[in-house]
Amino acid sequence: MSDATPSAAISCRDVTKEFGSGGALVKALRGVDLDVYRGEITLLVGPSGCGKTTLLSVIAGIMRPTSGSVHVLGSDLGTLRGQQLVRFRGQNIGFVFQQFNLLPALTAAENVTVPLILAGCSRRKAMAQAEALLGRMGMGERCRHLPSTLSGGQQQRVAIARALIHDPSLLVCDEPTSALDAHTGHSIMELLRSVALESGRAVVVVTHDSRVYDFGDRIARMEDGRVTGVDERGAVIDGRSTAQEPARL
Amino acid sequence: MTWIAWKMLTGNRGKYLGIILGIAFASLLIAQQSSIFCGLMLLTTSQIKDLQGADIWVMDRNVQFIDDIKPLSENDLYRVRGVPGVQWAVRLYKGLSRARMENGNFQQIILLGLDDATLVGAPLEIVAGQLSDLRRPDAILMDESGYKQLWPDEPFRLPKTFEMNDRRAVLVGVCKARRTFQTFPIVYTRYSEATNFAPRERKVLSFVLAQAEPGSDLLEVCRRIQERTGLQAQTRDQFARTTIMYYMRKTGIPINFGITVLLGFAVGAAIAGQTFYLFTIENLKQFGALKAMGAGNLRLVGMILFQALVVGIIGYGLGVGAAAAFGVAVKDSPQLAFFMPWQVLAGTGVAVVVIAVLASLLSMHRVLVLEPAVVFQS
Repeated sequence: MSDATPSAAISCRDVTKEFGSGGALVKALRGVDLDVYRGEITLLVGPSGCGKTTLLSVIAGIMRPTSGSVHVLGSDLGTLRGQQLVRFRGQNIGFVFQQFNLLPALTAAENVTVPLILAGCSRRKAMAQAEALLGRMGMGERCRHLPSTLSGGQQQRVAIARALIHDPSLLVCDEPTSALDAHTGHSIMELLRSVALESGRAVVVVTHDSRVYDFGDRIARMEDGRVTGVDERGAVIDGRSTAQEPARL
Repeated sequence: MTWIAWKMLTGNRGKYLGIILGIAFASLLIAQQSSIFCGLMLLTTSQIKDLQGADIWVMDRNVQFIDDIKPLSENDLYRVRGVPGVQWAVRLYKGLSRARMENGNFQQIILLGLDDATLVGAPLEIVAGQLSDLRRPDAILMDESGYKQLWPDEPFRLPKTFEMNDRRAVLVGVCKARRTFQTFPIVYTRYSEATNFAPRERKVLSFVLAQAEPGSDLLEVCRRIQERTGLQAQTRDQFARTTIMYYMRKTGIPINFGITVLLGFAVGAAIAGQTFYLFTIENLKQFGALKAMGAGNLRLVGMILFQALVVGIIGYGLGVGAAAAFGVAVKDSPQLAFFMPWQVLAGTGVAVVVIAVLASLLSMHRVLVLEPAVVFQS
């Protein structure tokens, strides 16, 4: 990381998210303040049910918060409506899922082309780009393989290639290593780290795999719907004080 | 995105074939049953189409279809001849009679008595004997399938003698004729002979066949005949339609076939709908991932509609193809009637579109209400 103050790619202020109503009301997020910066990997960690995935969904613009504001890459997600938000996601955000969510009927390269196709790119051009990217990620020989014939690690590499093919400024990853063995998980995190550092994009990773904590530039700890603290490469900042000074965790 | 939709669809071969088979089954049943129905309806008009040579059929005002005989008087014939625009008019007897065969068996037959002088309405294709032989005493012609029905496995041997209504009848020829709804043998003879073969009645004239003067408007001539004689006059096509409409309205045939067609529609829709829905449910996470990655609802609905269109077209092709093959197979069957007009193809097509839309509606609903956050659920 450089010494210069990096710009915040994501800024969440007093974000709450509630599900249900009345007696069945569940408060998944209870006033989250969080900043995420470009060129860094930010890990969201915490026990199951603490709100990590909900926060990731809110940050990625696929779930609207009940209250609070979320600015992503300079856009206030609260002001984006319907198709605008869909377009924003398509242009700016790359997704990596726990279960990869590759389309089983498409080859590895075809899966990688999907975001480009969604953006209106021609199939031929998209395939060329996808094959080149998979080649750079050491998957060149597996381009024509169906996901069912790939190992978990290979599938996750394809998923990462798919998330990066349209050069998004933000990468959101949901438990990217939990379906993988330790060695493969390590190599996937290395890949993610190089991706984030090389291009200056922001990477948010939800995980409860403590083996990958070393890859995070910041580790936001969550508990009961709140960010209770952030580890910043050796330093621990109290959650309550960061809420008062959210611009720099 | 269509190629992604195509690959998703064909990637799951079991479900893909299941949906196609559901639609194919529905279109087969709809097209085949409708074609048999059309074939049956067509049979009701066989004799109207076979009796060529005259443009206009004149009959009692209350006649509802060709077998609904309400005899006319001889005066009616002369009155029709006197209507302006009528070039000529001749008698036609049509009725049922009973033949007694050499072995003592009885057989109902359809008896047609043609004008003695002109033989208007005589069969166009004679397969054994000659039409002119009809002028001989007691002479009759019989249709080919009637001959085969009465003398199975026997080559045409003429003349043959048997009794009709206790009178001697001599079979002098065999002709081609369309099959009729009742499937009785059809016997042609001269009007004067027919009145002898027929059971005794005061009036025996069933129809008057009239020809309009060249260049005149048939409908206008019909209108004039009705106005001046008080009888009912219809062109050949009108009378065929009237006959079909009678069977449609007054018999249970349309209801019975309609029920089968509806069942085919319902079963096909259920199979295709359920399989298509399951297919979508299986792919829900993939749709969710596409949604998260920036695919809008419109695009996803487009994908589903494309998939429905593909299975619809293939299923329709297979279904109507099989129905047509069935039609070719039973073409010469004396038992089965089959006629597949373009309206059946179009109707089946509409039914398949409805099935495909119904099948995809549930799927579309699931995808439309799908929260993209589902992709983050393990």
